Amino acid sequence: MDLQHSLALIVPEEILSVGGLVLLLAAAWLGDKASRGISVAAVVVIAAAAAFTVPVLCGGNMGADTQAFFGQLRVDAFAAYSKLLIYAAAAAALMIAPRFFDRWNAMRAEYPVLIVFAVLGMSIMVSASDLMALYIGLEMNSLAAYVLAAFLRTDSRSEEAGLKYFVLGALASGILLYGMSLTYGFAGTTSFEGIRAALSGGLSTGALFGLIFVLAGLAFKIAAVPFHMWTPDVYEGAPTPVTTFFATAPKVAAVSLLMRVSLDAFGGHADAWRQVVTFAALASIVVGALGAIGQDNIKRLLAYSSINNVGFILVGLAAATVEGASAMLVYLVIYVAMSIGSFVAVLMLRDAEGNQIESIADLAGLSRTNPAIAWCLLLLMLSLAGIPPLFGFWGKLVVFKAAVDAGMVLLATIAIAASVIGAFYYLKVGKVMFFDEPANKAQGRNDWAHWTLLIASTVFISPLGYLLTGWLGNLADAASAALFLTA
Amino acid sequence: MGGFPILSLMLLVPLVGGLACFFLDAKAARVVALTATLIDLALGIALWANYDIGGAQWQFTERAELFAGFSYALGIDGIALLLIVLSVFLMPICILASWEAIEERVGEYMAAFLFMELLMIGVFAAQDLLLFYIFFEAGLIPMYLIIGIWGGKDRIYASYKFFLYTLLGSVVMLVAMLWMIGEAGTTDIPTLMQYDFPVGAQTWLFLAFFASFAVKMPMWPVHTWLPDAHVQAPTAGSVILAGVLLKMGGYGFIRFSLPMFPEASAQLAWLIFALSMIAVVVTSLIALVQHDMKKLIAYSSVAHMAIVTIGLFAFNVQGLEGAMIVMLSHGLVSGALFLCVGVIYDRLHTREIDRYGGLSINMPKYALFFMLFTMASIGLPGTSSFVGEFLSLAGTYQVSTFVTLVCTTGIILGAAYMLYLYWRVAFGVQKNADAAAMPDLNAREWLMLAPIAAAVLWMGVYPESFLAPMRKDIAALDARVARAKPAFDSALAAARPEQVRKEPANAMPHAEGAGEGEGH
Repeated sequence: MDLQHSLALIVPEEILSVGGLVLLLAAAWLGDKASRGISVAAVVVIAAAAAFTVPVLCGGNMGADTQAFFGQLRVDAFAAYSKLLIYAAAAAALMIAPRFFDRWNAMRAEYPVLIVFAVLGMSIMVSASDLMALYIGLEMNSLAAYVLAAFLRTDSRSEEAGLKYFVLGALASGILLYGMSLTYGFAGTTSFEGIRAALSGGLSTGALFGLIFVLAGLAFKIAAVPFHMWTPDVYEGAPTPVTTFFATAPKVAAVSLLMRVSLDAFGGHADAWRQVVTFAALASIVVGALGAIGQDNIKRLLAYSSINNVGFILVGLAAATVEGASAMLVYLVIYVAMSIGSFVAVLMLRDAEGNQIESIADLAGLSRTNPAIAWCLLLLMLSLAGIPPLFGFWGKLVVFKAAVDAGMVLLATIAIAASVIGAFYYLKVGKVMFFDEPANKAQGRNDWAHWTLLIASTVFISPLGYLLTGWLGNLADAASAALFLTA
Repeated sequence: MGGFPILSLMLLVPLVGGLACFFLDAKAARVVALTATLIDLALGIALWANYDIGGAQWQFTERAELFAGFSYALGIDGIALLLIVLSVFLMPICILASWEAIEERVGEYMAAFLFMELLMIGVFAAQDLLLFYIFFEAGLIPMYLIIGIWGGKDRIYASYKFFLYTLLGSVVMLVAMLWMIGEAGTTDIPTLMQYDFPVGAQTWLFLAFFASFAVKMPMWPVHTWLPDAHVQAPTAGSVILAGVLLKMGGYGFIRFSLPMFPEASAQLAWLIFALSMIAVVVTSLIALVQHDMKKLIAYSSVAHMAIVTIGLFAFNVQGLEGAMIVMLSHGLVSGALFLCVGVIYDRLHTREIDRYGGLSINMPKYALFFMLFTMASIGLPGTSSFVGEFLSLAGTYQVSTFVTLVCTTGIILGAAYMLYLYWRVAFGVQKNADAAAMPDLNAREWLMLAPIAAAVLWMGVYPESFLAPMRKDIAALDARVARAKPAFDSALAAARPEQVRKEPANAMPHAEGAGEGEGH
């Protein structure tokens, strides 16, 4: 447990912090002209961090060797799995940004730097095994995220999104902190392992309150109902590349954190939180589906879709088994690919003057004016709806399988029946693009980075994705085995 | 054929053709689609020719562990063989039917049809539960697009209704499948067909599967998506819907509900009978008052499918064989009737029955074909429907005279609405000048209708060709469900079902032994 061992474990985080600081200096000296170069450098930094994370996942590392800084962090296969996903999502958010901001001359060098710091915060979040490390990581990510939401300074919607995100995020942090203090008060320790041991005798009312408040704070971060209200506004207002980022990386981080807290720290009391999680899962699925029906802005629709998807992920958590955790991790990968794909497709839709098209009505007849984007978006939408043979179905399948195997047949039945409501609004997008007469709005040209990401994510969610199920399943199993080592 | 992966090839051909169609112009796409479907037809004939009647239950099996949790496993028995042959037989005809009728976005249209063919073959050939589900559900996407893009006036409503209705039916089945996989520890369909699920759980599982197959079938009262979808879909879409997609429901009952949950099937047979009786009478009466030709045929489909379900749940060989023949025959006949509607719709662009009349004067060849298929739909001896309906009703008669009595009225009512339709369209005076000026069938339309007419007559005159491949599988299924055979209040005191069972009229010498092996 010496310092050297700890430092060796957190090489990715070291690369991110040093890289982020160097890029910050470069940004200060070189100014906004160099923002493209800094973006590229940021992708390199993240790739380097990823390169040091891969062995941890492939080696299936777990156990005492993975503990750093006296149990503050646990750099195991589970953390590595989530980190790689976060790094990939962040790299995508960096790749699509320059072209988008160029339109307003708003591409500034802070963007890549902020993303790098947010990624660092998330890296800490997913490896945290102590309430203190958890909070530091969470806030580090959130502070960067608040600024990113308001990144388009000239756009009042973006400012509103930033402010809303900040105020509600601060509230959630307060709830979380309150829960943490209660937990600390009743457990006498902040380390997950210690909490688990201290509560093994039974859950007192105070500790239960602590648990509920912690879950509520985290539910805000993953945008689960009833703490989802900020999502549509923030997703709509934030610049689309930032929304892409919000919908993917922080969601992965927060879901992983929620898994670690509920399955590790409170792992002995699954019965206590299962009701809460079950309610949040079903409520998210239903509210996400119903809320989306009335939307006419595609970004708001995708926001509700992400609420809906979080509900399905939580079904896996409600199972509270290794299988359930593994299913959630598989779902997360597919969800990230679908989200990146759909937001990039939205990003690529511009009218003749280069303005972004966000209204669903303006997508009318896209299949004739811009068939490639229309087909990709249709497949992504149907994949989000979980219609086979698209890969989104596999995510839902493994989650429901875990729930059924855990004896929660009723939950699975209600959740899957509610998914039909969701299919309705995904079909609506398909209907507008394919059945309606062309509105001839979208006609902007796009650069290779957008096409690459769109096609890559579409191929991933196409039936070809099933070829990856074995590989993905093994990695997820290794990761969730690491998570459940103490259980 | 040895180890040659003919089923995979049959899946691959439409896949490649479909992908190619996306990038081709209208002319090339038509040719590619026709070529691909003809290749698949040739492969389907090869499949039939090489199928070893009386051989192993599952033939042409392929297995590859490509995925986590389930495998790419294909294989067919006689039942699946015939349905696959039906699918590949109808596909080139569908492409021909769309040759001139579809002018917009031809490449995408042909691609959708080829993907549809891939998925239909996949459904019947899948030997893995999850693989089956994926093929089964995936069919919604191309059909949604076919109805929505190339459909009629109310196509959007129809496409939504079709998609959501069938999806809602199917998702519950998925939960049941997941439970079964957890319970039996395998996704292999042949293994699951021998697995004895706890009787208490069977009821729930049966109802979950029933929700899906009853919608697909469709059974009364969840049939309402069908008339909408049929009316709005383009002609070829209707042919595929009636010809093959509806058969997936019946196939599901034969493949899953009956062998996997025999006790529950027996317990709930009353439900099937009740719904089927209502369906036969109610939908036949509804068909009688339709003004839209396609709607009339759609309602007649629901009535015919009810004959299938009573045959299936008669729990005897005649009933099961009859149900299969009705399915095959209905696939041909209703497909042909939709094509007949399509032929005159292409000329006059209306499906209103009153806009036509006296067509036998100016379109005698057309009227001849139309009459043949009308008679086949009624179930005239010599046509395929007669064989199927007779067997199905004969099977049902052994278990319940009342059900048979009610369902036989369907044949009478069927004669009423079909003859009434034919009379209004083909006979009488030529009251509309534009209808009277329509030219007779052209060569392409001959090519579409003549093969189906030949098949209908073949199945009607010599059904043995179609009964032989599936005889052993039906016998195995009958042996499997025999233990749950409910004690029906049969009126035939002298020939109660168990006595009839001892020596079925068409028993094969080794059927008894094979049946025992399957049953335990």
